[in-house]
Amino acid sequence: MQTKKTISCAIISIILFFQSSAAWAESSIDQTVNEAFSWATGWFVNLIFAPLPGTSFPWIVLWLVTGATVFTVYFGFIQFRAIRHSIALVKGDYSDPDDAGEVSHFQALATALSGTVGLGNIAGVAVAVSIGGPGATFWMVLAGLMGMASKFTECTLGVKYRNEYADGTVSGGPMYYISKGFKERGVPGGKFLAGLFAVFCILGALGGGNMFQANQAHAQISSIVGDYPGWITGVIFALIVFAVIVGGIKSIANVTEKIVPIMGVLYVSAAAIIIIMNADKVGWAFEQIFLGAFTGLGVAGGFVGALIQGFKRAAFSNEAGVGSAAIAHSAVRTKEPITEGLVSLLEPFIDTVVICTMTALVIIITGQLTTDPTTGLYLVGESGRIITADGSSGVALTSAAFSSAISWFPYVLAVAVVLFAFSTMISWSYYGLKAWTYLFGEGKTTELVFKIIFCIFVVIGAAANLGPVIDFSDAAIFAMAVANIIGLYFLMPIVKKELTSYMSRLKSGEIKKFDKY
Amino acid sequence: MTTKLIVGLDGSEPGERALDHAKRLSKLIGHCTIELVYIIEWSPYSFQTAEENAQRHKRREQEVKTATERVITPALTVLKAEGFTANGRVLHGDAAELLNSVAIKEKAEQIIVARSTESGFAARLFGSVTAKLVMSATVPVTVVN
Repeated sequence: MQTKKTISCAIISIILFFQSSAAWAESSIDQTVNEAFSWATGWFVNLIFAPLPGTSFPWIVLWLVTGATVFTVYFGFIQFRAIRHSIALVKGDYSDPDDAGEVSHFQALATALSGTVGLGNIAGVAVAVSIGGPGATFWMVLAGLMGMASKFTECTLGVKYRNEYADGTVSGGPMYYISKGFKERGVPGGKFLAGLFAVFCILGALGGGNMFQANQAHAQISSIVGDYPGWITGVIFALIVFAVIVGGIKSIANVTEKIVPIMGVLYVSAAAIIIIMNADKVGWAFEQIFLGAFTGLGVAGGFVGALIQGFKRAAFSNEAGVGSAAIAHSAVRTKEPITEGLVSLLEPFIDTVVICTMTALVIIITGQLTTDPTTGLYLVGESGRIITADGSSGVALTSAAFSSAISWFPYVLAVAVVLFAFSTMISWSYYGLKAWTYLFGEGKTTELVFKIIFCIFVVIGAAANLGPVIDFSDAAIFAMAVANIIGLYFLMPIVKKELTSYMSRLKSGEIKKFDKY
Repeated sequence: MTTKLIVGLDGSEPGERALDHAKRLSKLIGHCTIELVYIIEWSPYSFQTAEENAQRHKRREQEVKTATERVITPALTVLKAEGFTANGRVLHGDAAELLNSVAIKEKAEQIIVARSTESGFAARLFGSVTAKLVMSATVPVTVVN
């Protein structure tokens, strides 16, 4: 009798346990993941974003700005004087017809762009203007223009020092140019710095290239279909990413690679239509951008707050100085590494100067940021963000801005966000993998370990809150710039030599346009 | 001076008919060189993943090797055994544009191709390679049925 009672109690306890577990699981998996994630990454984020003594200015932002300025001046404003030649290179005017079938300048640029154009342009810009106000746009564009010189430097080196294997495949990127270039110049510490870059690149791939994407894709989907646990989106995304990067199902990646550019064009066109529809407000929007850039217009931290947000979001979006693009660009077939550098400088221009500015203009023009009617200053909430028309932030804010002009656009945006997120993940899985194999060697098992870790982080990213994910994503991406820009300072004389030689041969007519086959 | 005939091959049976026609013309003309061209459709403006880019050079080499071994070399062997003068090449690019470019470069008298094997929606939408060649070529084109 006693035994029967014990068994019944045990069964009831088990049922109750499972019932409560199910309820707990529904609401708490996200919360647990979020808390554990914040705890694990907080120190790293604090280190990277530590302010300069006595100011609120993060040292890492100054690091990037200084780098971009040095490269701009050192290469004599290359981003402005060579842009016409860059376009001619992308068009294929200088491509040898005998190299047909190899990776073209256009393809290398498009591949690198598919890794950068994405959520940074949609969600990142919304974050920038909701914290830094319209003025952040000015600093974002400036950072984009300066960043073109950083991109030029790193992508030239990416091609020059890539590894070409006997089977015809190539591997390139900062870890290769830092280790090989330092050795060539007799500078010590190249291997250590390259290793450090590779570690940060893996973190960046898991952070900005993965978790941030999964997180914002979930936010966008749940804003359409209603709220549901993030880990569900995470698991579905992880399975698709797994199918592509581990299962080798290329058709998914191929379809995405073809749809993403169409989505990009659709996004820019929609933004252009909204801007044209509100043409009378464009002058006012630019006034807000310029005033905000130097006064802050009431945002937290004043104009410095606007500047920090602008520079941070630009770097996160176009990745200039970060080193990731050097990995993507290194596959191009060219006898002149400098040509790929010249092509790559178009990337921050398209990504930041064109697309990010359009997103910012749409948010400003459609009146998403609320102002105090008496002072004209922006109303800032307790979180330090500008109070938006419907209280949204991140990708939801961009979506609200577009839907105020084109009611059905959030559906298109939802598809675009998911596809952008997916294509960025695929690109970053490759960047992370290259850093991983640099550290642990080429091999199927080594590669599989990284790919599985990458998929697990998709789930974590989708389940965690925006705050901790965005902080870690930023920190990981910027950490890459620490090692990369040190490397670029040491190696920029090599780029200068290549540039001088190329430009003189171009001027003398030794390098000329090719006739078609 | 030798007369040059460009023959577009794609490894299909209609391509063989184009080659047969070139042989007949060659015999009629007399002093003649047959230039075989195999084109792998490729665009420098397509979109690829980073991984595909990293492997592109290797893939390109494989594509050229396969086309040379399976189509060009066997055709050249037969032609030379039958006493014809012939050369062959494998190129990447737009088939219609390249056939015309090769013809101009080689100062060829004409281009011989088979009627396009493409059909259905894609051919209606984008037009066939043969149709494009006929419309854009600056060298006489013979289309073999």
